[in-house]
Amino acid sequence: MQQRHFALTGLIASLGRLVLNFIAEMGAMALFAAQGIRHMPSRGQAGKVIRQIYFMGAGSFFLIVLIGLFTGMVLGLQGYYNLAQFGSEGLLGSAVALSLIRELGPVLTAIMVTGRAGSAMAAEIGVMRISDQIDALEVMDISPMGYLVAPRVTASLLCFPLLTSVFTIVGILGGYVSGVLLLGISQGVYFDRIASSVVWADVQGCLLKSLVFALTVILVCCYKGYFAHMRTDGMGPEAVSNATTSAVVLSCVLLLTGDYALTSFLL
Amino acid sequence: MRSPLSCCNRMRTFWDIELRDLRLGYGETVVLENFSAVLPAGKISVILGGSGSGKSTLLRHIIGLARPLSGQILLGGQDLFALPPKAFRRIRRRMGVLFQDGALLGSLTLGENVALPLAEHTRLSPDDIRAIVRHTLFLVNLAGFAGYYPSELSGGMRKRAGLARALVTLPPLLLCDEPTSGLDPVNAAQMDALLLTMKKRFPDMTIVTVSHDMASVRALADHILVLADKTVAYAGDLDGLQKTANPYLRLFLDRAAPREDDGAPCPAAADLDPAVRGRMAEALDSWLESR
Repeated sequence: MQQRHFALTGLIASLGRLVLNFIAEMGAMALFAAQGIRHMPSRGQAGKVIRQIYFMGAGSFFLIVLIGLFTGMVLGLQGYYNLAQFGSEGLLGSAVALSLIRELGPVLTAIMVTGRAGSAMAAEIGVMRISDQIDALEVMDISPMGYLVAPRVTASLLCFPLLTSVFTIVGILGGYVSGVLLLGISQGVYFDRIASSVVWADVQGCLLKSLVFALTVILVCCYKGYFAHMRTDGMGPEAVSNATTSAVVLSCVLLLTGDYALTSFLL
Repeated sequence: MRSPLSCCNRMRTFWDIELRDLRLGYGETVVLENFSAVLPAGKISVILGGSGSGKSTLLRHIIGLARPLSGQILLGGQDLFALPPKAFRRIRRRMGVLFQDGALLGSLTLGENVALPLAEHTRLSPDDIRAIVRHTLFLVNLAGFAGYYPSELSGGMRKRAGLARALVTLPPLLLCDEPTSGLDPVNAAQMDALLLTMKKRFPDMTIVTVSHDMASVRALADHILVLADKTVAYAGDLDGLQKTANPYLRLFLDRAAPREDDGAPCPAAADLDPAVRGRMAEALDSWLESR
């Protein structure tokens, strides 16, 4: 009986510890975010921001186009056969566009950028941390937040909405390819339904989500890399690889939970 | 050749380092405790000690990258950790630090690395910065390497580039973490010679280096601080250290390979369970014979 009691309290205690650690980490991340944002208008950041835009935006462009195209094509295909059961194939344009603008565009873009640029950022900053490069910046009185984090945040706030827009437009064209060119829906009906169902609030919501996701992804990835040396699950290169993995996982979890919260707020 | 940089007033401040009743460590681990010492201004001080004796820890605290558990670190009479953040940063601007592997930013070329503090903190024109960088790289025998990335250079060159970056702002206080570790004897001697040249060129500069290399200590040290058993085992000049009777310090001074009949048998071999030793020999034989 007593043993069961101890096992139960042990379980509750470890669950509590996990929750407390998670809350503490979220708090530390919020402080990190505040510092990163505070350093955003620093002098002489233009070059660093452009470099990050190139890396994050231009580097992710073709991936976003590819994923957007196939996402739209799959949506067109699935949507067509489901709508055909009710004789509503004409609504395909509306279904594809609203799915992409309201949900899939911002979420999938953010997940793609997390995988491509976010993981690289976490690894790069992590390597800088374990090889004393961040200490060297501090000693030179160069704020690592201003030098490493702020330009990435600025670049992400510019790139995410643009990449999301590209993803959404290419996705709508993907739906057009499968719905109109392959399955024979009328082109006029497809675009007319989009024009009549999408309202400005949908686009605003899409852009708002992309900005929130930009901050989430970049700050989580930078945070994980920045504190790679304080991890308890590894040292040196192993800590960097664990930090990178946890950056991607946490970003994706926060993206999806954040998406739910934002959607319920916007609807 | 006299450096055009040496005329700068920045160098005219003497910076001694006073370590007062220090207790250093990380979390609950105490690395060094109960010690006080002074690293004199305008001299080359060497912090000497075995691996894990706390040399680099002490240096990290002097740089201000970690806070002491208790005690004070005074730089030029000012308590580093009692200063408000702005004053702390002003003091740190007067330090040049050479990290163990140079700590050059991997995404920047050598020239960009050396230019970084000037580009970030001054309003010098790009042409002026280029000229200063070229000159500083020349001082550390890296003329012509400005366009190389750190990954394209040898360990010795990276250290010299790290030294160039540390020197480019003409700091009155230069701190070097094991500048000769991992270098072959020729490169290590070149690094020592370079530090001596810098001292000659900038005579007011206080230089603190961390080392476990007696050859370097003999070449460089005006003042020596030996760390052992979590505290300072010796503080003074080289002559005093040479005369010490402390057995641990003698090991540093008279290091030589023991003769075969000098010591006890290797404990690892002596303590290994014969059964395990037998299984190990069998396993290794089988591995060596496998394809």
